[in-house]
Amino acid sequence: MAKVIVVTSGKGGVGKTTSTAALGAALAQRNEKTVVVDFDVGLRNLDLVMGAERRVVYDIVNVIQGDAKLPQALIRDKRLDTLFLLPASQTRDKDSLTPEGVEKVMTELKKHFDWIICDSPAGIERGATLAMRHADIAVIVTNPEVSSVRDSDRIIGLLDAKTERAERGERVEKHLLLTRYDQARAERGDMLKVDDVLEILSIPLVGIVPESTDVLKASNLGAPVTLADNRSAPALAYLDAARRIAGETVPMTIPGERRGLLGKLFGRRAA
Amino acid sequence: MTKVLTDTRSIRIKGRSFLALVLSPEPPLDAWLTRLDDLASRSAGFFLGRPVVLDVADLEIDRAELKKLIDELGKRNVRIMGIEGGRPSLFEPGMPPAMKGGRPAPDIEIPDGPSIEPVGTASPKATAPDVSAEPQAARGMSSIVIREPVRSGQSVIFPEGDVTVVGSVASGAEIIAGGSVHVYGTLRGRALAGSVGNASARIFCRRLEAELLAIDGVYKTAEDMAPNLRGQAVQLWLEGDSIMAERLN
Repeated sequence: MAKVIVVTSGKGGVGKTTSTAALGAALAQRNEKTVVVDFDVGLRNLDLVMGAERRVVYDIVNVIQGDAKLPQALIRDKRLDTLFLLPASQTRDKDSLTPEGVEKVMTELKKHFDWIICDSPAGIERGATLAMRHADIAVIVTNPEVSSVRDSDRIIGLLDAKTERAERGERVEKHLLLTRYDQARAERGDMLKVDDVLEILSIPLVGIVPESTDVLKASNLGAPVTLADNRSAPALAYLDAARRIAGETVPMTIPGERRGLLGKLFGRRAA
Repeated sequence: MTKVLTDTRSIRIKGRSFLALVLSPEPPLDAWLTRLDDLASRSAGFFLGRPVVLDVADLEIDRAELKKLIDELGKRNVRIMGIEGGRPSLFEPGMPPAMKGGRPAPDIEIPDGPSIEPVGTASPKATAPDVSAEPQAARGMSSIVIREPVRSGQSVIFPEGDVTVVGSVASGAEIIAGGSVHVYGTLRGRALAGSVGNASARIFCRRLEAELLAIDGVYKTAEDMAPNLRGQAVQLWLEGDSIMAERLN
């Protein structure tokens, strides 16, 4: 049964696209057929991070408007043959996405894939609401700072109101992915601590990705973090997060924390 | 010349709800007006001194016709305070304002015989179709309980009574209650208690981090709050024109 994941945040620049690519590659490495879908029409980036920018012919808008068939628009990853990309259009705007068109694309993707990961644009407008519309699971990407946390809170409210699941009276499974976390700065008080963020958002934590130069390096190489160097700290964090999303129980660690806090942090699940 | 603010007292803004009569004209309008005349002849002054809202949601009407209808009602001494359910294109300056967000109330009884009530003191007799004592009793102590966090951008508006939140109220969220506000969690957003003119309403929270607090139109921003109350379990109430606060533990 296909699962639809939306990677969303409200605020821009917190790491949605990086996380989409990294989680997509991590799930595909489990030998589960995965597609990452770029909903950021007009400002597409996922193709760059996936290293597929020179292979884009058709995009999601072409499929919605009937100019191309879905298999023509899907790009298979060169490194992992279980990983696919459905790119966004760079020349259109978000109005080219229609609710009916998106529904048609999602229904067809569900027939062929185990995981459909939707990379939401920033904001709370059309692009973002359509990206979350069909989600079963939401990964809320948040940086440890107040504006990102408040925007995430807003998005969580929308997930409980504007998704298909919410309209059916069901709930979207929500996971907090804390990115760009720096333990030393959090201890100095420059950054919110993990517990502060969890207390405000009160949703379960799925992973803590440390601030790292490996992330930018991977982006510029055109490789998802989890494929560029699967031993790097952010890659390990994303691989663990993907296992948790897939339903495994993996102890939570705060990157950069010296003491063994596995026991203490395990089961850190807010309401 | 710049205006100098000599009186620094804040302007007090309150909400108040009135029971308005809603008229929903039905086509053909001439026949409907005739029926209205008939009603008016049986109970003179029925509409006098009462807020009347015109509901045009189910009416195919254009701007000129609407204008004519309002004039016709004016001739019958029916003054319209607002129009509900109209498309924006129906309106023009000088017309009663568009209204939305109305909640249904029980039907209002129309007196059958000639009105014997003196005009002006007539009180609308609101009787529920199936009369039972319970709704009347419940009205005074109605309340809602919200069992999950109130997220940023959400607002809970409940003029009928108390609002209890089992969870936190996020920064950028608001609770507007006719009665008291109870938050079993951290209050980070706004809480407005006694919003329809209830000076005895209170605000309770397990942890105070609020952006704004108001009781019966008197408000306090985060900046005006005593710093030693931050992060504490607090209750707030109104004494005269000032908000009082004390720690709960």
